[in-house]
Amino acid sequence: MDGEVILLDAYASMFGMRLRIALAEKGVKYEYREENLPKKSPFLFQMNPIHKKVPVLIHNGKPICESLIALQYIDEVWHDKNPLLPSDPYKRAQARLWADFVDQKVHTLGRKTWSAKGEEQEAAKKEFIEALKVLEGELGEKPYFGGEEFGYVDVALIPFYSWFHAYETCGNFKIGTQCPKFVAWTKRSMQRESVSKSLADPEKVYDFFLILKKHFGVE
Amino acid sequence: MEENQGVKLLGFWVSPYVLRVKWALKLKGIEYEYIEEDVFNKSPLLLKLNPVKGQVPVLVHDGKPIPESIVILEYIDEVWKHSPLLPQDPYERANSRFWAKFAAEKLQAYAWEALCSRGEDHERAIKASMEALEKMEKELNGKKFFGGDKIGFVDLVAGFISYQLPVYEEIVSMKILDSSKFPAITNWINNFLNHPLIKEELPPKHKMLAYFSNRRNVILVQNSSNK
Repeated sequence: MDGEVILLDAYASMFGMRLRIALAEKGVKYEYREENLPKKSPFLFQMNPIHKKVPVLIHNGKPICESLIALQYIDEVWHDKNPLLPSDPYKRAQARLWADFVDQKVHTLGRKTWSAKGEEQEAAKKEFIEALKVLEGELGEKPYFGGEEFGYVDVALIPFYSWFHAYETCGNFKIGTQCPKFVAWTKRSMQRESVSKSLADPEKVYDFFLILKKHFGVE
Repeated sequence: MEENQGVKLLGFWVSPYVLRVKWALKLKGIEYEYIEEDVFNKSPLLLKLNPVKGQVPVLVHDGKPIPESIVILEYIDEVWKHSPLLPQDPYERANSRFWAKFAAEKLQAYAWEALCSRGEDHERAIKASMEALEKMEKELNGKKFFGGDKIGFVDLVAGFISYQLPVYEEIVSMKILDSSKFPAITNWINNFLNHPLIKEELPPKHKMLAYFSNRRNVILVQNSSNK
């Protein structure tokens, strides 16, 4: 009924975690295949020849790349259970805009908090916190970004929480103390089984992150 | 905000992001009020409607603003379901989204870099642009348009290739759109530019030449003073 679903992924990938959460939310059975990053397998090159990145969702042999695109695919194919995007077009547009914000700000700045040095790193840390505060503003009094229901933006954002320990340790700053509302949202989201079972352990993420740092030649 | 305020589009005459939206509205036969913005001297209206980035395009439908061209295209396709831009099949939809993203984020960025750089950076950007075009050439695979027989989502997003890239090439005397290397893309460019709705809605070439020459000069000066 679901067909053959394979998720080509890497344990610490926040983008892969998005898809793990979505598939769990929809109750889809799938085969998880781990890529041994930074080494990439021939299978990955075959499934994602353009970007050569994880995650790749493979449904009945057909690959879908780019996590937000795969998220929408999952939502459209398994539309009966736990819809992630709202049905109203304007609200859908808002959800897409905020998911893009997560990619452009949280991801990019988060990366800079460890890959940049000196003044650039300090600026990135500051902007990263500011981005989280903007998200806090968007959340407002709602339990989730999706409103009453856990939704698209929640799925897009929550995996970054598993990387906070790595960012904090490397960047020597504390995120939680500056964004209490954000922390409350992460705790609420972690109560969902789909999230707690899909998020990587922050310590293991940190170990992977150290390998990544070395690979990119950042000391 | 009141309902039934119709459709407004805030734009800038030369922006390829705005043009995508204009084309989409035209293909769907949607009437709208166009408001030209000076992006170098932003109006209070633009800053109010797009407080996060202050950029065009912004579509305003029944008083509700939506920024970001690709998000706007998805919105238009969902509200006005006739003449669909995206295919119906979820896998084909994902594929369209993938190639639209690729054209917008990779090819467009490399082409801009090729325009606004010199020396090694410039050569690298030309190479990257051609590699990206090669991938799009393969995806086109003999189809008339990326959308098949009709113009679709990817065609609108990648449309800048047809009219803007040749202008860049002329300004810096470079060759990216090699017809011997990219026969399918070359064919696609002709089909796209000759589409009755597209050819009515293109910025004047002489104005684009002047505008992008100027932008190139400004950015080159900025970059050399930043070094």
